[in-house]
Amino acid sequence: MAKKKKTEIAWPDGIFETFIDGRIRQVAYVPDAGHARLISLCEGSKKVRAVPLTTEEEGVAMLAGAWLGGDRGVLLMQSSGVGNCINMLSLIQECRFPLLNIVTMRGEYGEFNPWQVPMGDSTARALANAGVLVKPVDDAARVVETVAAAMTLAFSTYRSVAVLISQRVIGYKVWK
Amino acid sequence: MPRQSKKLDRRDAVARILKQRGDALLITGLGSPCWDAAAAGDSEKNFYVWGGMGGAAMIALGLAIAQPKRRVLVITGDGEMLMGLGALATIAVQRPKNLSVIVMDNERYGETGMQATHTHHGVDLAGIAASAGFPLTATIRSIKALNDFSPKIYQSSGPVFCCVKVNDAKLPMVLPERDGTWLKSRFRKALVGSLD
Repeated sequence: MAKKKKTEIAWPDGIFETFIDGRIRQVAYVPDAGHARLISLCEGSKKVRAVPLTTEEEGVAMLAGAWLGGDRGVLLMQSSGVGNCINMLSLIQECRFPLLNIVTMRGEYGEFNPWQVPMGDSTARALANAGVLVKPVDDAARVVETVAAAMTLAFSTYRSVAVLISQRVIGYKVWK
Repeated sequence: MPRQSKKLDRRDAVARILKQRGDALLITGLGSPCWDAAAAGDSEKNFYVWGGMGGAAMIALGLAIAQPKRRVLVITGDGEMLMGLGALATIAVQRPKNLSVIVMDNERYGETGMQATHTHHGVDLAGIAASAGFPLTATIRSIKALNDFSPKIYQSSGPVFCCVKVNDAKLPMVLPERDGTWLKSRFRKALVGSLD
């Protein structure tokens, strides 16, 4: 008789548990399809304050303020939003604020929309140039551990860390 | 210009506001607001933002959410506020009761040669904040109005938005410490006690 396959926790649920375990209190985001499940988990929780933004750089500044006040936070965004953050990341780098960014990629793996490619292709380099430690992950089974490791790195060493979740993990739109 | 001369002196206005601060926390936007706050007297409850233009109000929002029992003030300039107008919408949606956003509006970019900002051409920042959903907004044009409104900056249920029209006199710089890491650690240690 075939054994029932153990139900795997989907990676967004695993990231959410990591947030709770890691005392994350503020989650700033610009809505994104790749983060939809994680965002709805955060919105439904009383342990975290989910804050929708008009642009990603707001989240960079907000989470600096959160840390000043004793809260840990995370910024969720799509790779196109990384371009919006660059100057505000100078605040993070100059002050050595801890900042955890979780970026869902576009324009990277199986992309259909050519307009997504310029920012998607330069996301990792743009972040690195802005002083952010970049941790790409393209295997669904390693997403949660990568986020957990990035969280420790960010908050223990007072640095900005970005986990880039590949379109290979998220899935890409089929335009038919 | 006679109308100009009636506008408030920014140093005096900031000093009047901060005189009543008690244990309120202060974020200052880059440029003159940092010099104004330093001139009023340094405090470990001040965090001077020397860069990151457009981010001051959002830093204050994150702080206000983390410290709901403390009043959080941001004092910034019109140019800095204009660069991050979306923050007014984001703050209005979050409705932090303990946050007050104060803009010292000289209608100029003071650090770059006193070029006119959009407020000089009629853009009404308090009107934008009100439209976004701030429950209390004001544009202050006189000492009396400032004195009447100042207690509300600390006591009214926020978010409060207050635009103070000030003259564009060039004042001597009063520079606070500028090492970001030091400023950050000083503020957090004084407030939270630990960097972990």
